[in-house]
Amino acid sequence: MAAVEDRISIQLQVNGRQHQVEVAPRWTLADVLRHQIGLTGTHIGCEQGVCGACTVLLDGEPVRSCLMFAVQAQGHHVTTVEGVTPETGLSPLQESFRDHHALQCGYCTPGMLLTAQALLDRNPTADEGAVREALTGNLCRCTGYQFIVDAVLAARDQGRDE
Amino acid sequence: MKPAVFQYRKAETTREALEALGTNPGAKVLAGGQSLVPLMNFRLSRPDVLVDINGIEELTLVEKLDQTLAIGALVRHSTLSQHPLIEREVPVLAEAARHIGHWAIRNRGTIGGSAVHADPAAELPAALVALRASVVVGAPRGERTMPADEFFLGYYTTALAQDELVMRFEIPLPARRMGFSEVVRRPGDFALVGAYVEDSDAEAAVTWFGLGAMPERQVVEAWPKGQDERQALLERLAREVQSDDEYKYAMAVNVAERAYLAAQKEG
Ligand SMILES: Cc1cc2nc3c(=O)[nH]c(=O)nc-3n(C[C@H](O)[C@H](O)[C@H](O)COP(=O)(O)OP(=O)(O)OC[C@H]3O[C@@H](n4cnc5c(N)ncnc54)[C@H](O)[C@@H]3O)c2cc1C
Ligand code: FES
Ligand code: FES
Repeated sequence: MAAVEDRISIQLQVNGRQHQVEVAPRWTLADVLRHQIGLTGTHIGCEQGVCGACTVLLDGEPVRSCLMFAVQAQGHHVTTVEGVTPETGLSPLQESFRDHHALQCGYCTPGMLLTAQALLDRNPTADEGAVREALTGNLCRCTGYQFIVDAVLAARDQGRDE
Repeated sequence: MKPAVFQYRKAETTREALEALGTNPGAKVLAGGQSLVPLMNFRLSRPDVLVDINGIEELTLVEKLDQTLAIGALVRHSTLSQHPLIEREVPVLAEAARHIGHWAIRNRGTIGGSAVHADPAAELPAALVALRASVVVGAPRGERTMPADEFFLGYYTTALAQDELVMRFEIPLPARRMGFSEVVRRPGDFALVGAYVEDSDAEAAVTWFGLGAMPERQVVEAWPKGQDERQALLERLAREVQSDDEYKYAMAVNVAERAYLAAQKEG
């Protein structure tokens, strides 16, 4: 009954590298990042835009990768959590998360890191209100958020981003 | 879950989009995807063809024309909230856009998608009604323009035909002076109830959202200066709107009162 599913060959630019992948139009960016490209740092929670676990940066702006089809990401720069992680060690924001116990199970962490990193890149003096406002779109079932906010503010105070 | 199979068409121009819609009765427009894709992920929506309008330049324009501000259907919530022309000409629209969902949602969601989705608790459809905007719709048969209050017909229901494309919204200038307020359970949620209150030379009016099945605008002679009298009037107006939730009426009065006070500051 189902129509024969087209496959489209697309170029995706992820974390500065070009990837040639064959995708069905219905595959979300989140699934293609995980299953075709092997970048499993992008987590999938709700698939309805609510939880923020799948957040990636599209041309530097946070977006839900569960609400975009991979075909739509052609011609854009996608950044995943792997893209903000140095070859060895952790980024200052990631270290701050570790130091402040800003993660427990880690499921929400990639989305938290990308959203917070995008905020600090844009607004290096973001106050607590701005941090909380930016992170309203990322749910965490473990930490109670306070430690995440602390970690972002401490990273800000160390006055560095990547 | 994952979406059902569909064919993907990327439209570069409105003509291409209209052609794709006109030749595929099962086609749907894909704008920001922030309402459509969740529905597709849960297979509540199963379009045969998706017509992606994200590459259509002309739908992204914000322009001041003679007596109107034209806002393309593809203008994203994040743009609405910080565009200098919108900030200057229709600050209430920028303010309302900042209350939509979360940062990542605002980066993708569009004014056209919000209007066509027509969630009764959404900020922008009510803003369009409150601002007396027109909706310009493209069709294979040619363009048509209708007032926003004729575009919204009920819960998730508009006057748009399957083969039509919302092109832009036109807000008459100078924009009416009004304030906005809403109540949400958590930041980023859809509003439980919200209101735009106009107190301008043109008219005194209130436009509710989250109260009935669609944005409802009511005009009064003037807003009483006394708070008790004003709130009594607001309650009478709110109760004219059919709502399933009795508790919302008290909340509606509060929200409208705040919107009224905000309108006074708009100056
Ligand atoms: C977590 C979350 C929270 C949210 N919170 C809010 C909120 O607080 N307030 C709020 O108002 N919204 C909220 N939204 C919804 C958001 O505003 C959507 O962006 C909006 O409702 C739909 O816009 P879109 O561009 O994403 O449209 P899409 O999802 O792409 O499309 C929606 C519908 O409109 C049709 N369509 C889109 N553009 C056109 C066009 N130009 N011509 C004809 N048809 C068109 C599509 O075919 C589809 O039927 C939220 C969404 C999420 C995921
Ligand atoms: S998986 Fe995308 S927002 Fe939850
Ligand atoms: S650390 Fe477990 S969900 Fe946030």
